[in-house]
Amino acid sequence: MSASTTAPRREHLPALPGDDVRQVLWRFADRYDLQMLVQSVRAVARGPVARLVAQGGRHTHDWTPEKHALLKEFDAAGITAAYLEPEEGGFLEGPKNLALALIAFELAWVDAGAATCSLATHLGLAPIHERGTPEQRRHYMSLAAPAPGREPKRAAFALTEPIPYVGVETGLLGGKVRIAEWPEGGEPILEVSKRGRFITNMAFANFVTAAVDSADPRIKGSCMVILEEDDPGIFDRGTPTRKLVHQLSATNDPVFQLRVPASRIVGGYTVQDGVIVPNYDHSAIIEAVFRRTRVTVGLMTSAKLLSAIEPLIRYHRDRFRGAEAVPPGSPRYELGLQQKEDVTHRLIDIWAAGEASASLGFAAARLFDELDPVEREKDRMLAEQGVRGPLAAHKAMRKRQHEAIEFIEMQGHNQALRNEERYQQLAADPVIRYLVLDAQANVLCPATKLWNTGHGSVMMREAVSLMGGYGITEDCPGFLGYKWMDSQLEATYEGPEAVQRRQLSVTMTNEVFLAQFRNWIHEMRQIASVEPGTGACTLASAMHLWLWTLEHLQHARDAQGQKLYQTSRHGVTFPMADALCWLLASRCQILDVENLRREGPGRIQQGFEGTVQFLTDLCHVQAARAAGEVARICSEIVYGYLRHPSWDDSPQCSTCFEEVELRQIESVVPGASGFTSEVYREDGAHDTKAGPCVRAPGLNDFARLRAKLDGCLAGALLAKDRAAESVQKVMIPAALDYPQ
Amino acid sequence: MNYQIIVCGGLAPDPLQTLEPVFDTVNPSLRNELMLPFVFDPWAAHALYEAGHLAKQRPGTTVRVVSLAPKAKLQQVMMTVAQKLPFELVALDGPGGGFTDARAVAAALAEAIASMPDLDRARLLLFGGWESATRGAGAVMQRVAERLGIREQFLAVDELSVAEDGSLLIKERIEGGRHQISRCAGPPAMLAWATGSLPEPPNHPQTGMANMRVILPALQKAKTVTLAQTAEYLRAALPAAVRQTRVVKDVPAAEIARELAEWIRQ
Ligand SMILES: Cc1cc2nc3c(=O)[nH]c(=O)nc-3n(C[C@H](O)[C@H](O)[C@H](O)COP(=O)(O)OP(=O)(O)OC[C@H]3O[C@@H](n4cnc5c(N)ncnc54)[C@H](O)[C@@H]3O)c2cc1C
Repeated sequence: MSASTTAPRREHLPALPGDDVRQVLWRFADRYDLQMLVQSVRAVARGPVARLVAQGGRHTHDWTPEKHALLKEFDAAGITAAYLEPEEGGFLEGPKNLALALIAFELAWVDAGAATCSLATHLGLAPIHERGTPEQRRHYMSLAAPAPGREPKRAAFALTEPIPYVGVETGLLGGKVRIAEWPEGGEPILEVSKRGRFITNMAFANFVTAAVDSADPRIKGSCMVILEEDDPGIFDRGTPTRKLVHQLSATNDPVFQLRVPASRIVGGYTVQDGVIVPNYDHSAIIEAVFRRTRVTVGLMTSAKLLSAIEPLIRYHRDRFRGAEAVPPGSPRYELGLQQKEDVTHRLIDIWAAGEASASLGFAAARLFDELDPVEREKDRMLAEQGVRGPLAAHKAMRKRQHEAIEFIEMQGHNQALRNEERYQQLAADPVIRYLVLDAQANVLCPATKLWNTGHGSVMMREAVSLMGGYGITEDCPGFLGYKWMDSQLEATYEGPEAVQRRQLSVTMTNEVFLAQFRNWIHEMRQIASVEPGTGACTLASAMHLWLWTLEHLQHARDAQGQKLYQTSRHGVTFPMADALCWLLASRCQILDVENLRREGPGRIQQGFEGTVQFLTDLCHVQAARAAGEVARICSEIVYGYLRHPSWDDSPQCSTCFEEVELRQIESVVPGASGFTSEVYREDGAHDTKAGPCVRAPGLNDFARLRAKLDGCLAGALLAKDRAAESVQKVMIPAALDYPQ
Repeated sequence: MNYQIIVCGGLAPDPLQTLEPVFDTVNPSLRNELMLPFVFDPWAAHALYEAGHLAKQRPGTTVRVVSLAPKAKLQQVMMTVAQKLPFELVALDGPGGGFTDARAVAAALAEAIASMPDLDRARLLLFGGWESATRGAGAVMQRVAERLGIREQFLAVDELSVAEDGSLLIKERIEGGRHQISRCAGPPAMLAWATGSLPEPPNHPQTGMANMRVILPALQKAKTVTLAQTAEYLRAALPAAVRQTRVVKDVPAAEIARELAEWIRQ
């Protein structure tokens, strides 16, 4: 019987999880560089950023001197340089995805606009960082480094264009590039014209990486170019966007009409038969950029959910203090609104969602840290093998896919039973490692962006509502109203939800991913066998149901005989993508808590048991919620495209019993009527309903899995009750550590 | 002349936390004390910033922090403090907080300092806070100095300057909102700082990371210290006054004074 159902007396959460707990959960307990960065960013967030918000700095979309002053704070605190390599003026060694994720998290804890402002500089640099030539990287990355006595040069990223051009559809480029001059034997000079829409940092950016399409037969395809503010021509920053959110970032609709040397094409170019062929088209660059930066956006919303907990608890507890009829010491005085179960339960929902989304986001960020060097190693190997160009690389990788699957399957086997030599050989191969990690990253990144922001904004609304009227005022402690509004932008920019769902609907069917997913089901069952209170079993059952459904959908057809799983069928593919996100988030949350259970005792000095037990209960609550969502979505899709049988369908109705007949049978075999199908009355009429109940013999397996899953929910609400009790007892600070 | 500055500083719970004494006659503590976020004791922090300032002006000056605190907490706090200025750490792993005995703490600190192999009394400036934010006894630094045989002791220091002849000009707070200026021929001397006049240096992760190269090994080899508890506690309670906390940063003193006066008048 599960620990959740036997409910032995457990310890409560004594105080809110502190840095020591977070460092273990999110796996940077040994990264002192990151721990310092966190402290440094936090001081900026809860200091100058919070003060500016409290003083009403968000009340205008104009870029004010006060907002501009934050840039200097970012520079001083190491935020600006965090993206750079040490030789470029940075200070962090190695991949920086987790570092940027932590920066976004800390800033968005107070204000996501500030986070956007800091990260947009990195976004503007990202095309150069990911795909720039060595010279471009050296030059622009060093310019972006703060140095004594010199303001760093700041970047913006210009992809989106005025309607009818680039938005979700990034291929519809209106921005153009032509050859203005091509001196004999010299470097071509390009004429770039681009209008941007909603371009962050544009009020002050010194250079811009812009996506443009060729309008010249002597340039092939599209590319990204670097535009500098003092290039000859027009560098018009444009009007500020009249946005309602993220007001501590600058957003404008700029206009560029500039002449630049061809060496500004990001990633360089070759000349083939008198035609400039950029080494990377704009899509390839954007893909490389967004797959990293979207994770940080997802974490902004996670930070807000977790930041809402303390102000909500304080508000609820203090709600009636001071009233004459509420003497100190009375339950109403001590607990205030926390006496009401709904209040504590909803808070637990917010908290659990916040934990799950943070776990998912940080897992994705860490994954990219792992992937970055492997990707470089893979590129090096392919180059050695003479594989050139993205297409050839793609082909070469596809050929090795079956080996990656073999490796993953071996991972799932008992070590004693597998061919260890072969396993080690595959494990050491960078191409195999790349295929495995890449398949995961292609799912985890859009999942983070989609679920953290989408579901996060729903939960942020919940947080606002728990604060009553204050929730939607400027005086709301923790700026919850602003955070709610802001989360909608996080769901939109860098690719709205539709883009993420579209990507997931492709990447989640990659066999290399699915092979890992199968192992993860097993992994959850193993955790469940030791720690049933985590809800890992519930989650495993939900994962199983999802996988069954996905496989079923690959060959299932609707009532009209149309294939169900196809790109354009968003009604099928998109909800399946949503369902997967719930599972992934819950899995990451459980893995983090298991890590805490393992690693925590030596590191957490006090309150370890209560903290782990509380976080375990949150896992269970979230796993049950995820299972419910998955069950709903899968059932809807599996059954929803079947035609409902009707009384007019002769084959069905021919199996109906007449009521009188049934009564006679029942008199001989009591209870037999329970096993019969539909009934019609003496007058020939049926029950008042749509038709005979649906019976789909081919879906028995689904029905069995679904029924099993429902049973797996046992204990989930006991976990919620326990967690809610902890929320009543947990000690919180006397005041919020940033102004309101 | 350059100096060997040793700053004694402990930890204090973040002042915004709920501080609830848990009474026990021998070992009183705060509720969930070790779960609370801690800061470097604010008085000692002033001393540290002054030390950093002096070190910058006097090349060759070294700053070393001696801290007695629970090691894991100290490590967390170093993630911030180490970003402020370059220093080395001598860590003593032991109990911190307001209920430890000033005498025992001073003995542990003095012993750690005395056993530093390169201790150079001729250059030694012993810094600390004039009291701690936890115990508030205002007795530790004098005791450390006495144990180390440092007779030149200055309390509630707000300013230190070095005259051309190498003598130290020291401004101490005295009653009535006034200062007393003393001239001290030179080290060794003990200065227990009040607030000084320097702002908190901004965080600088690069400095922090350079510091961590020596701080981490120091934390790893921190000596465990047990303090003899001589005091017996009869009562431990929060001040009876209602605590009204409002977080403000960088509000001018005049503005704060005006608000306080208004509050008192009410
Ligand atoms: C404050 C702010 C800052 C921004 N900063 C930048 C920046 O720095 N640089 C930059 O380049 N851009 C930036 N953007 C632009 C942002 O990335 C785009 O707004 C976003 O990608 C959506 O494009 P769109 O507004 O044209 O929406 P549309 O393309 O018009 O899409 C609208 C909606 O239609 C649906 N939809 C559209 N296409 C599809 C499809 N194929 N399948 C399914 N559904 C679909 C979706 O629901 C979508 O949300 C910013 C935007 C804002 C508001």
